[in-house]
Amino acid sequence: MENETILEVREKDGLLILQGVIRVPYTWAAGAVASRFYAGLRDRRIYGIRCPTCRLVMVPPKKTCHRCFGDLNDWVEVGPEGTLQTFTVVHYSEPELHPLRAPFAYGIIKMDGADTGMTHLIGEADQRALKEGLRMTAVFRDKPEGNYLDIRYFKPVKGAK
Amino acid sequence: MERVAVVGIGQTKYEKGKTKNFAELSYEATRKALDDAGIELSDIDNVVTTTNDFFDGRTIACMAVAEAAGSYGRDATNVEGDGTLSAFYGLMRTLSGVYGTTMVSAHCKVSEGSPRKIVNQAFDPIYDRLLGMDAISSSALQARAYMQRFGITEEQCARVSVKNHGNARNNPYAHVPLDITVDDVMRSPMLAEPIKRLDTSPISDGACAIILATEERARRAARKPVWIRGVAHCADAYRLGERDLAWSQPLETAARKAYRMAGISHPSREIDVAEVYDAFSYMELMWYEGLGFCDRGEGGRLIDSGVTQMGGKLPVNPSGGVLSAHSVQVAGLARIAEAVLQLRGEAGKRQVPGARVALAHGTGGICAQTHCVWVLSN
Ligand SMILES: [Zn+2]
Repeated sequence: MENETILEVREKDGLLILQGVIRVPYTWAAGAVASRFYAGLRDRRIYGIRCPTCRLVMVPPKKTCHRCFGDLNDWVEVGPEGTLQTFTVVHYSEPELHPLRAPFAYGIIKMDGADTGMTHLIGEADQRALKEGLRMTAVFRDKPEGNYLDIRYFKPVKGAK
Repeated sequence: MERVAVVGIGQTKYEKGKTKNFAELSYEATRKALDDAGIELSDIDNVVTTTNDFFDGRTIACMAVAEAAGSYGRDATNVEGDGTLSAFYGLMRTLSGVYGTTMVSAHCKVSEGSPRKIVNQAFDPIYDRLLGMDAISSSALQARAYMQRFGITEEQCARVSVKNHGNARNNPYAHVPLDITVDDVMRSPMLAEPIKRLDTSPISDGACAIILATEERARRAARKPVWIRGVAHCADAYRLGERDLAWSQPLETAARKAYRMAGISHPSREIDVAEVYDAFSYMELMWYEGLGFCDRGEGGRLIDSGVTQMGGKLPVNPSGGVLSAHSVQVAGLARIAEAVLQLRGEAGKRQVPGARVALAHGTGGICAQTHCVWVLSN
């Protein structure tokens, strides 16, 4: 790759402004818990993990309970439906960041059987009809890749009020 | 707690696209702080800087900018977080008995990076980073959760923006002083419901520095010392879905600890002026509640009552707050600097007459995952 440290030099108030790019490849180990969560999504199942001490089911799951510091291993399937906790309709566009074209919505969905909410995209929805408490269900990607967008988005359950 | 004082402060003007480089910007603030305290760099025993590698566009950025805060030949260390935390670290170092004085500095040139992309990198690469959220869209989730739970209106949030941008007209360092109405805020472009353009803070470059000193060393400084009476910091869960977005328990916890340390039992009566981290207008209302300025869910009514306006019983953000100048990790340190000016009676046109007890507040992380609360007095 060409060195992109400095791509352009321009002037402002007689002083130089150097413009460049930092591109740094990375690998991230998903760890045992997220790996298993994504394996579940391949079968269109959403799994959470229960803290035996706090009795909380966390979705998406994690290895350590932030409340009691317990090691978590107790897997439970949640859903397939959940409830919309809060949401926003985004009106600006950031094509390099946003998976959907504005206006689109983000929401936090608490799956049935879960105690924590999942932040995600909302699709196939009348954005004006969104409201807290709306019943939602996941729409899965046809060919799962092992990342968060294996759920493409959540959509309102048909006929849900 | 042994007595530690703030003996000097320095701030640059906050603005977008500053042509000074990082070190030049940082030097401007630390030089001002030394001059303000009437001391020389040789009087500084150790240095705490504040950097964010992504915003600086370089790794171990502290190594590059610390010289401009006086690190050469000294113990110099760094905080990656809000400036209130660097000051907390500086306070601990001053209390250690090893150092009589501590220079605490923070700089940020938000306009040089790609703020939305950089904030997006704060999300979990294993899970939700791919959603493309940034400060505005994630805060919109919090704003809605808070407003729905307590019946807070968009107009009440807008009133915070009107107040703070109006106050900024009295602050020569502020980035965005504005003479606006609630209607102007309501009609500004919708970004992520319910957050509109004028509910958001600007992209500001700037630097701030404060000098801390033990009681003995404070006597040698030129300025009337401002004393640190109480400080506390508290963290929430990382993930938004694991928090109560509508009510910040960590803020209440931090505030209660800081008040206990400072001997404050009725914050709304005993605090004369507050500088809080209002990165978005709704946040100031939430922080009123967590700080105990009003009951839970009463933030909207408090702004309506005028109590937090200049001339009210508890003016909040006479400087214009973060809504009027947001140099990210500098912003919390600037809250402390502004509180110091108030307690010295040197805040110029933004002075709250006779201020004796001031509160400064900083936050860190997405939707203010962490809160740091300071109580100072003269
Ligand atoms: Zn637990």
